[in-house]
Amino acid sequence: MEQELKNQMNQIRGAQSISFEVSPYIISSGSVAGSKEAEGPLGKLFDMTNQDDLFGAKTWEEAESNMQKEACVLALGKAHVKPQEVRFLFGGDLLRQGVATSMGVESLQIPLFGLYGACSTSGEALALSAMSVAAGYGERMLAVTSSHFGSAEKEFRFPLGYASQRPLSAHWTVTGSGAFLVGAEKSHVRISGVTVGKIVDYGLKDSQNMGACMAPAAMDTIVQNLEDFGRSVEDYDRIITGDLGYVGQDILFDLMQGKGYDIRIKHMDCGMVIFDQKSQDTHAGGSGCGCAAVTLSSYILPKIRKGEWKRVLFVPTGALLSTVSFNEGASIPGIAHGIVLEHVN
Amino acid sequence: MDYVKAFLIGGIICALVQILLDRTKLMPGRVMVLLVCTGAVLGFCNIYKPFQEFAGAGASVPLLGFGNVLWQGVKEAVDKSGFLGIFQGGFKASAVGICAALVFGYLASVTFEPRMKK
Repeated sequence: MEQELKNQMNQIRGAQSISFEVSPYIISSGSVAGSKEAEGPLGKLFDMTNQDDLFGAKTWEEAESNMQKEACVLALGKAHVKPQEVRFLFGGDLLRQGVATSMGVESLQIPLFGLYGACSTSGEALALSAMSVAAGYGERMLAVTSSHFGSAEKEFRFPLGYASQRPLSAHWTVTGSGAFLVGAEKSHVRISGVTVGKIVDYGLKDSQNMGACMAPAAMDTIVQNLEDFGRSVEDYDRIITGDLGYVGQDILFDLMQGKGYDIRIKHMDCGMVIFDQKSQDTHAGGSGCGCAAVTLSSYILPKIRKGEWKRVLFVPTGALLSTVSFNEGASIPGIAHGIVLEHVN
Repeated sequence: MDYVKAFLIGGIICALVQILLDRTKLMPGRVMVLLVCTGAVLGFCNIYKPFQEFAGAGASVPLLGFGNVLWQGVKEAVDKSGFLGIFQGGFKASAVGICAALVFGYLASVTFEPRMKK
């Protein structure tokens, strides 16, 4: 009993991290994306795409829910696991009251924890899923998140029907959903540790420059991860952020240099990879919960499975503003969660 | 010649607004308010009437002209009814424009479905 307690306490690392005694694994994953994403550099890698961004529904919100359900079904199908065999589902999205998730996973009837981490939700969901499996609360957990260009524009800017002009610096919300089956069953990718992010706010209020608002949070979590695990930048094959974009990336590099770390060769950003900036006219890059999720599922995990990347720090970032807080003149707080993914032979 | 003037002047006004949208952080709503207020001020300074006579629809159609219409309406109502005219004149003069926008906007929303941005 005392030994068991000691073992559990041994999992604590530094100020914010956990190093799992018995690693949970990412057994399978599913990615669903929209038309613009299908035409992008990762287009052929997604499990499912649709030229009709409504995915057979009447509203963008319903479409996003459909995408979440499809992503879950795909992840479960690949592992030959039924919904009843999943203990808990951790999921979230960008919409008010998290409706895309609630409506989307309803039919799966899996006990649900609804989350909000903005664009860092994939990290949050994976961290909680991994923690639940490692603690022995269940054999399998599902982590799912999504975003949709139409629903996000209505939520944060203007409905598409209003036909407003978007500024060049705005990020393009990815229409996509990624689901991850996390469990005790061995696979080629294990989650060896997590660094839970705290809120980092440098007082920025510029909603047109989300990358700048979130870069400090990314820096904080990456540095904390390296310190907590006693690692250097060289210990990771890649350090991957969710949607800092071109401007945010530069700011992150500067902030990391300030702390004595050079991550320029190791860094990758999902928002910069998912769209071709020049041919697709996406300026700042992709964003949204779905951005990091579908890129992780379709592009990053296969590389880790094959052994091309042995250890990756996946650190999606979120901007925790609301339309109300922004309109009332508040600054934009950021958060980033770090997931350590490792290749297993 | 009227057509050419209307086309050029209307285009120049819109091009100037596009510069504001591209180069500044101003939201579209704020730019539109700026246009209406500027039009009202230009009307007050007696600049807009001769401008409109020169450019025709190129000056009356953009939102700048709407500001002028508001100003003209308030001016006439104040001349007629004194202080109360400040409240009466604006809506009376702009009624046609506002009503048309409402009706056509509604008809458009009933007829068409919103499409995804490419």
